[in-house]
Amino acid sequence: MELRPILSTLRRHKLTACLLILEIALTCAIVCNAVFLIGQRLQRMDMPSGVAGHELLQIQVADVAQPVNPYARVQEDLAVLRQVPGVQSVAFSNQVPFGGSSSNGNVLLDPNQPQRTLNATTYFGENLVPTMGVQLVAGRDLQPQDFVDVDTALKALGTGDSKDLPHVTLITRTLAERLWPGQNPLGRLIYLTPTVGLRVVGVVASLVRPNAYDAATAQYSMVVPLRMGADKGESYVIRTRPQDRERVLTAALAALKKADPQRVVTTQRSFDEVRRHFFKDDRAMAGILVGVVVALLIVTALGIVGLASFWVSQRRRTIGVRRALGATRGNILHYFQTENFVLATLGIGLGMVLAYGINLFLMTHYELPRLPAIYFPVGAISLWLIGQLAVLGPALRAAAVPPVVATRSV
Amino acid sequence: MFAYYLDLALRSLKRNRVLTVLMVLALALGIGATITTLTVLRLLSGDPLPQKSAQLFYPQIDPNTKDGYIEGQTRPDLLMTYPDAMNLLHAHRATRQAAMAMTQARIMPRQPNAHPFYSDAVMTTSDFFAMFDAPFQYGGGWTASDDDSRAHLVVIASFLNDKLFGGANSVGRIIRMDDHDMRIVGVLKPWAPQPRFYAQGLGSRSYGDGDALYLPLHTARALEMRPQDTECYAEVPDMLNLETAPCEWLGFWVELDSSSAVSSYRQFLDGYVRQQIELARFQRPESSMLDLMSFLRQQQVVPDDVRLQAGLAFGFLLICVVNTVGLLLAKCLRRSREIGVRRALGATRREIFIQFMVEAGMVGLAGGVLGLLFAELGLFGIRHQPAEYAGLAHLDVTMFLFTFVVALVASLIAGILPAWRACVLAPAPQLKAA
Repeated sequence: MELRPILSTLRRHKLTACLLILEIALTCAIVCNAVFLIGQRLQRMDMPSGVAGHELLQIQVADVAQPVNPYARVQEDLAVLRQVPGVQSVAFSNQVPFGGSSSNGNVLLDPNQPQRTLNATTYFGENLVPTMGVQLVAGRDLQPQDFVDVDTALKALGTGDSKDLPHVTLITRTLAERLWPGQNPLGRLIYLTPTVGLRVVGVVASLVRPNAYDAATAQYSMVVPLRMGADKGESYVIRTRPQDRERVLTAALAALKKADPQRVVTTQRSFDEVRRHFFKDDRAMAGILVGVVVALLIVTALGIVGLASFWVSQRRRTIGVRRALGATRGNILHYFQTENFVLATLGIGLGMVLAYGINLFLMTHYELPRLPAIYFPVGAISLWLIGQLAVLGPALRAAAVPPVVATRSV
Repeated sequence: MFAYYLDLALRSLKRNRVLTVLMVLALALGIGATITTLTVLRLLSGDPLPQKSAQLFYPQIDPNTKDGYIEGQTRPDLLMTYPDAMNLLHAHRATRQAAMAMTQARIMPRQPNAHPFYSDAVMTTSDFFAMFDAPFQYGGGWTASDDDSRAHLVVIASFLNDKLFGGANSVGRIIRMDDHDMRIVGVLKPWAPQPRFYAQGLGSRSYGDGDALYLPLHTARALEMRPQDTECYAEVPDMLNLETAPCEWLGFWVELDSSSAVSSYRQFLDGYVRQQIELARFQRPESSMLDLMSFLRQQQVVPDDVRLQAGLAFGFLLICVVNTVGLLLAKCLRRSREIGVRRALGATRREIFIQFMVEAGMVGLAGGVLGLLFAELGLFGIRHQPAEYAGLAHLDVTMFLFTFVVALVASLIAGILPAWRACVLAPAPQLKAA
């Protein structure tokens, strides 16, 4: 197809052509960035948890009257829950992955360093690793003799008596790699305060923080052998088969209520719900962005349809003359398709530059990463496609103009 | 004359129905998106206490050690330690002052078989209600001597009063909270500042319903109620005794009525910090005192996502305007002959320009009406989102009118170029071409 006649026609319609190019450019720029943002959100929502996601349930209860012995209370509840048919394993934890509320500690490598090395979350509770399905990749799991009651440890912290403090910990592979790159973490010491040194006895493949807002530090987790008493902030974590979850949850709640009818159940959900809840804002934002991208493409397509229809009706006579001089319907169809392709290409070229500019702005204001190059062809192809789809109708109408039009005066 | 233009515009719009519908639809989509996001943005960046916000200030001081301190750059922490809050409170240097922390209260209804439930509660000091203009339905707040005597009394929100007492005057009645009997001294009218500025940084949500229960800080602490958020800046020997621990867990607000009061309070605050440095309690000389709105800006209560959405909507509107320019231009160029005839019959350029601007304005108005529909639809969508402010997203009168302003301005801007092109057309060639 000869490009010259198209370009010379466009030169005579400079203003409308420029407007169309501008519209395509703006759409391309926004679509590139919006699709990138959608990708970011989807990637975030896909964050690995390190636990057996589809097999876990979380229950939180609050006692109306403070139990006489909160530690005994937890052991009784755990025994009750283990009796529930379908329950494979039970643990009592201070927090759950993606749960939101979290306990965090400052990690020091040297008890005398003034600044913390990093901030990591601390999971407490017996039997956590097998119950949550966390994968141990090196060393050993925490043993019952490692565990210390929280209140005893707090008192020991006050008196400085290190005998009653926890001495060991499990850490994630990511945390190990961050603290001692390329070295064996087993047997090394981590300090939570200058007097609390914990020896790393095991490494787990992955265990996400409850407050995983930043992907870079999402895996900075440790498990500390502290045993807690019943309190409303803590959770019972139950592992069961995915198909049994609903039934087990109902039965577990009934069993807990039976043990003490006065207690209030504050949370009861599967881990899938915990995860859905944690990423609800990301999902909503991704949905909005998808809506905006679709609406933008529709508006741009409508604009192209409108302008192309106008051009076709304006050039009816010219088309008739060309047809009379031997141009086939296909030639006319291709003419308008090529014209649209040229305009779209110019718009996309300008759009890329704009997209890069918007991305730079977002990088400085919203801490977003650089737009990967892959999004440029994605934006380009989608706009070429939209352009071709939008112009098809008017171009077909143009192709249908009979040669006899040339002989009529307008 | 204007009526004639309106008539011309209507005829022209009717002649090209498809093009007109396309223009109106595109403009309406852009306006709908813009108004939806602007409504949310306005809701989130609004003034929680318009009549009082200029007099409310949030002093901040910094008890941290020198480690990591960069002079002039490190901002003081958001929360205050108990000793500092009490020192400032008892200094009485402001018209009113109050310290506060958020907590959870377990409430046991009196009705048989009713289940106990947890409610958001504020532990604070006596000036809280007068300082924040919290309106009372029945009774009133408590006094400074109630603070000191750790009196077992509470102020409850209207929704809690409705729930427990069916909305009756419950002043003097007893409410069972965390296994203690508390006497109700006041019932608030419905009161929920948005954002809930006084809970900022205290580990609680920023939007939504107000708190259910308010009780004296010392009473709450004597009953071992714990703050939602505690930030410790040194090794903690005893987390149970927060009053002496090196931990920050209180928000502190002051009311200052004049600019001279503000500057003298700043001096007082600096003097306090200097004094604490002399006493070796403090090491950092930094202090800060923001007014309510600056405080909210600094806290960035408006989520990034919402600002991003607003930016996106404006981009969308821009594209819709460009789209409208293109379509209007196409329409007006198609009518070159009509313009030529009108010019030949004596219409001035000005008249042609106005005629086309009226036409653009009509497209804008139609786009505004449809855009309003889209905005309502968008806000309906927002209300079904998970965010805590979602339920509050409604179109008010201002935004309703603003929709038409946006629609008119957008369409008139879009109309300028086509109208100008139309009015500069030379009439003769157009007539000859026929």
